[in-house]
Amino acid sequence: MQAVGVTKLIDPLPIYTMWLRQMKRFLRVKARLASSVLMPFLFLAFLGLPLSFMSTREIPGMPEGINFLDFLAPGIVGMTLLFAATMSGASVIWDKEFGFLKEVLVAPVNRFSIILGRSLGGMTTAIIQALIIVAIAVAMGVRISSVSGFFLSIVFMILTCATFTGFGLILATKLGDTEGFMSIMNLIIMPIFFLSGAFFPLAAMPAGIRHIMYIDPLTYGVDGLRGSLVGGAAFPLWVDFVVLLVLSIALATLGAYFFSKMEAD
Amino acid sequence: MNNIIEIENLVKEFDGFVAVDHISLRVREGEVFGFLGPNGAGKTTITKILCTILNPTAGLVKVCGRDVTRERNNVRRCIGIVFQDPCSDKFLTGRENLDFHARMYHMDRKTREERIAEVLDLLDLKGKENIKVSDCSGGIQRRFEVARGFMNHPKVLFLDEPTLGLDIQTRRSLWDYIRSLNEKEGATMILTTHYIEEADYLCHRVAIIDHGKVVAVDTPEKLKRVVGFNLISLQVANKTDDGLTNLLNGLDWVKKIGRRNSLLELSIEGKDERMPELVELLAEHGFIISSIDLHEPSLEDAFLYYTGRAIREEEGDMKELRKTRRARRRK
Repeated sequence: MQAVGVTKLIDPLPIYTMWLRQMKRFLRVKARLASSVLMPFLFLAFLGLPLSFMSTREIPGMPEGINFLDFLAPGIVGMTLLFAATMSGASVIWDKEFGFLKEVLVAPVNRFSIILGRSLGGMTTAIIQALIIVAIAVAMGVRISSVSGFFLSIVFMILTCATFTGFGLILATKLGDTEGFMSIMNLIIMPIFFLSGAFFPLAAMPAGIRHIMYIDPLTYGVDGLRGSLVGGAAFPLWVDFVVLLVLSIALATLGAYFFSKMEAD
Repeated sequence: MNNIIEIENLVKEFDGFVAVDHISLRVREGEVFGFLGPNGAGKTTITKILCTILNPTAGLVKVCGRDVTRERNNVRRCIGIVFQDPCSDKFLTGRENLDFHARMYHMDRKTREERIAEVLDLLDLKGKENIKVSDCSGGIQRRFEVARGFMNHPKVLFLDEPTLGLDIQTRRSLWDYIRSLNEKEGATMILTTHYIEEADYLCHRVAIIDHGKVVAVDTPEKLKRVVGFNLISLQVANKTDDGLTNLLNGLDWVKKIGRRNSLLELSIEGKDERMPELVELLAEHGFIISSIDLHEPSLEDAFLYYTGRAIREEEGDMKELRKTRRARRRK
């Protein structure tokens, strides 16, 4: 494509700039931060907390020794990551049409560096939101199993974020700026959330639905977060890790590829 | 003077629709060059191709001596662009926007600081650089966009409808800034516009674009001169226009008869002395004149002369307005 005047694939200054821009935007719009934390908080406070006083023994597959709030918290962290990361990826479509990204695309910078910096920025803000939710959960009485488990959960957060940022990018580049874009987004995101085992153990679901849940990427994200934060994962943690690693690399690469193809038609 | 832009037989098709139809032209270094035409004429498409964000279907396009498809990044290094839709980051300040832009061009901190001070000075933006862009007025926002386009010392600056949606005073002051930038920095300016006054006021040369074709390229003065030396707008209250047209066709100093709304428009040789002559002649043949007016041709007349119709300004404005509104809702 670029026979003469090749740009570096990984170009640190533009990557840093795109990242910094996402961070500044995130920190400057306080209302957006508040609203992104509100819904997860409500789930924890009005669903998790009351149900944590009930016995969970009736629910098949519920891990021993943890109450419903403990069980739910990693699911809600996963939800926060899902929404924030998918939106971060999908918002490229507007940014490219009406935003800063548009002028960046005429700069002599490799497309991959631009999308990498932007995605890293989006991921950082998503993980900050997720950490706020973890803090809220702890304040409500959720017991984090260990310090090493907490750090392991950050690894799962990063992988989950990368997966859904890539997913959002693919949606945005393939669907384009159609009128129904937001409704299509919700149509896809909500089932991903509810089929991830955030509310109930996989084992509690009928077999048919369980099989659909197995192909939901968020299932592995939530399970990995649960295993590392509070214990009681359905799969071995290495399975979650490998599945997410493969998915995140595949989706993020594909998203970045579609994005770089979008520039000139 | 060297040619900074060379376009040879440029064609751009979108799914069979020909947006740009075999255009060839050259822009000289240091010129303010305007593409004038109604919305949908292909101006923005041409600009996008020149800016390397759209690939041509066929033809050869060189900017700063570099091919826009094969040497994309070299072209990108020597151009700046101010888009039709505002694309500053509204949550950031003017200075942050300029700074981020400069980083994309790999300018180091010291160079950035210096250049920001320069462009702020050039566009009288000092004291406004630390205000969030969303809190600035439309005119100031636009000036920041022009400043941003200028950050990387572009050899060619593209301005796509730079004054769209601005009020008359703001528009005029922006014109003066654009002109002074051209004079002080010597950058070539490529302007697309559907405002005729804008092209007339700013451009050294204008290309009139219609249906994806270049119908004329020249200085505004020469374009006007081609129209005919002067114009008479005429309306009669009785009889049909056909008889009138036949009568006027008989006059050797009437070069062309056009129609604009209910008016007949005559391109004539000569000046004021033709008025009494015409009035007398029409009276003799029993025509009652309801209105008559002599004026020198404007660029709009030139546009009309070349395209055979007035610029579709209102229609275009509505479309732009909707687009801008949509953009605002999203932010």
